[in-house]
Amino acid sequence: MPDPLIKVEGLYKIYGPSPKEVLPLIHAGSSKADILAETGHTVGLKDIHLEIEKGKIFVIMGLSGSGKSTLIRHFNRLIEPTAGHIYIEDTDVMKLSDRELEDYRRNKMSMVFQRFGLMPHRTVLRNVGYGLSVQGVSREKQDQEAQRWLDAVGLTGYENHFPAQLSGGEQQRVGLARALATNAEILLMDEAFSALDPLIRTEMRDQLIELQKKLHKTIIFITHDLDEALHLGDKIAILKDGELIQVGTPAQILLNPVDDYVEAFVRGVNRGRALTVEAVMRDPRLQITSDDVDSALDQMRKAKATFGYYVPNGTYAGVVAQLDLVEVAREDGQASLFDHMIDPSVSVTPDTRICATLAETVAADFPLPVLDEDGVLIGELPREVVFEVLNEEA
Amino acid sequence: MANSWLTEFPALSREALRDIKITSDAAYRTFTRNYGDIVDAAFDPLLRLLIWFENLLLIAPWWVVILVILGLAYAAGRSIPLCIGVLTGLLLIGFFGMWEDAMKTLSIIGVSTLVSIVLGIPTGILMARSDRAQSIVTPVLDVMQTMPAFVYLIPVVMLLGIGRVPGLLAVVIYAIPPVIRLTNLGIRLVDKDVLEAATSYGANRSQRLWGVQIPLAMPTIMAGINQTIMMALAMVVIAAMIGVDGLGRPVLQSIQNQYFTQGMLNGLAIVALAIVFDRISQAYARRSQTHMSGIKSA
Repeated sequence: MPDPLIKVEGLYKIYGPSPKEVLPLIHAGSSKADILAETGHTVGLKDIHLEIEKGKIFVIMGLSGSGKSTLIRHFNRLIEPTAGHIYIEDTDVMKLSDRELEDYRRNKMSMVFQRFGLMPHRTVLRNVGYGLSVQGVSREKQDQEAQRWLDAVGLTGYENHFPAQLSGGEQQRVGLARALATNAEILLMDEAFSALDPLIRTEMRDQLIELQKKLHKTIIFITHDLDEALHLGDKIAILKDGELIQVGTPAQILLNPVDDYVEAFVRGVNRGRALTVEAVMRDPRLQITSDDVDSALDQMRKAKATFGYYVPNGTYAGVVAQLDLVEVAREDGQASLFDHMIDPSVSVTPDTRICATLAETVAADFPLPVLDEDGVLIGELPREVVFEVLNEEA
Repeated sequence: MANSWLTEFPALSREALRDIKITSDAAYRTFTRNYGDIVDAAFDPLLRLLIWFENLLLIAPWWVVILVILGLAYAAGRSIPLCIGVLTGLLLIGFFGMWEDAMKTLSIIGVSTLVSIVLGIPTGILMARSDRAQSIVTPVLDVMQTMPAFVYLIPVVMLLGIGRVPGLLAVVIYAIPPVIRLTNLGIRLVDKDVLEAATSYGANRSQRLWGVQIPLAMPTIMAGINQTIMMALAMVVIAAMIGVDGLGRPVLQSIQNQYFTQGMLNGLAIVALAIVFDRISQAYARRSQTHMSGIKSA
C-alpha cells in the first residue's frame, strides 16, 4: 500500500469542563457511560486511528451521535481535539498556528455541509467563488473559475440567482462547486446529501462519482446511510459511540462484519446490488495459451478443470469446455482452439453489480470470465460465489 | 423604645446624608471647574460639525433640501408612493411656517444619529464577540434606557453648560442603546452553519466579520438604526430645555404659555419628520434583504 495521504493517530475528543483530566480514566478503561456518570464529561471520540489514501473516497459511517460529524471537523480543526494527531503528508494539522491553519483551510481542504452553508447575500456565482475571494484572488479570476465549476455541476444559467431561489439539490450543487473551485486536494463532505430527497440524492451521488473519475480528489465522506457508503466508498470506516469498530472495503464490511453491530447494519442491504464483481471474483483458474486442442486438453487434465479460458497472446478470446474438446480431438488433435470456443461474447466487467450478472451466471455452464476495459482476463465469477452473495442468510 | 429599627427603617442620619451630598457635589464641581474647559475643547469638533450641518440645511434653498431628501427616499426604497408621502410631509411643515425649526431639528437628529452609529455599531460588534463585554455593556445600556433623561442632564449641564453639545450628548445617551443592542443581537443570530462554512474556507476574523456577519446582520442593524432615529426625535423637546434650537423650543414655549395650536403644530411636525425617516430607513432595510426571501432583486 502506498503511503497514506492522511493519518489520524490516537485522536480523542472529550466534552466537558476539564477534558484533559478525564483522559487517564479512558486510558484506564472506563466506559463512556461511567465517565459521564462520574465526571459529567462526554466522550465524543475515543482513540481514533485512520489511514486515508490519496485519490480515494473514504466514507465514515455511523448513526447520529456516533461522533462522525465531530471527527470530520477535526481534519480542518473546526473542532480542537483533546488529544491526538492528524498528519497530512508530513504536516501535523494540530500543530499549525492560526495563520498556518487559515492557509491550510484555504488551499488544502474544502468542505461541503449537510445544510449547505451558503451565503444568502451572495449570488450563486459569488458563492462558488467564495473560497477564492478568501484567498484574495482577483474578482475576474474568481468569477471565471466559479463559472467553470458551476458549468461542471450543471448549474449554468443560475449565476445571478440567490441561494434562497434554488431547490435543495441545486443549493448543494452550489456547495459542491464552491468546494471544488478552490482546487483543494482534500474534500470533506459532512452528510452532504442527507438533507436531499432520495431521488436527488442518488443523482448527486452519481454526479460525485462522475466528477471523481476526472478529478481524483481525496474525499472524506460522512454519512449515516449504508447504501450511500457502499456506493461511494473505496473504503468505509464504521463509527459507534465515538469508537471505530471496523475499517475496510465495502466487500469486507458486507461479507465479514466484525461484530453484531456491523452485522445488524449490513443485514438489510441488498448485497447483490451493493457489491461489484470485482469484490467477489476469484483468480482465473485456468488460462490456456496454446493453440491446438490436444495441448489444451493436456492443460485441463493437469489442472483438473472442465473449462478453461483461451488467452492467446495475453488477450482473452473465449471459453473452451473439456467435453467439446474431447470430441474434436478424436478427429483432429491439431485443430485450432479458435473454431471450438463457446460463445466468446459472454463476459462481465469488474464494476458490474452482482445482481446484474444473475441471468448470465445462470445461463452459462462455466464461471463467467471477468474482463477489464482492455479485454484482459482478470478473474472469474463462479456460480457458487454469486449464490453465496445473494443468499442473505449466509 | 421610640426609635427601634423594628418600627422605623434604619436609615442614615440626616447629617450623614447631608455630608454625602455636600462632598460628592463639591467633588463633581471641582472636577467641572478643573476639567470643564478641556472637556469642552474635546467636544469642539462635534460642535463645529453640528453648526456646519445646521448652516448647510439653513442656507440651502428649501427646494434643494426637499429634492435631496426625496432622492434619498427614492434611492432607499425605489418607491414612488413613498416619495409622494415624504414630499407631502415636508411641504406641510414648510407651509405652516416651521421650515427653519425643522431644519435645526434635522441637523441635531442627523448628527446624533451619526454619532450613535459611529459609536454604537463597533460597541455592538465588540459585545457580539465577547461574552464578557456583553455582560459589562448590557447593564450600562439598561441604566441608560431607564434613567430619567432629566437626571443625566444635570451632570451634563454642570460640565458643559447649556447649548448644542450637551443637547447632543443627552440625545445620544438616550438614543444609542437600540443600535448597540440590535447590532449585537444581529451578529449573534447569524446562522452558525454559514459562519462555519466561512471558517472552513480559511476566512480570518475580519473576513468573517465583514464578509458574513455584518451583511447577514444588516436587517437587524438597520432596525436598530431606525429605532435610534425615532428615539432621537423623541428627545427633541427635552433637548430644547437645555438650549437646543428647533421644533422642541416652540413646544416648550407652548407648555409654559398654554399655546395649544402652536404646540400641536410643532408636535405634528416632529411626528411628520419621524414618519419620513422611519419609512425611508425601513424601505432601505427591506430592500437590502430581498435575497433572503427568494425574490429576485431588480
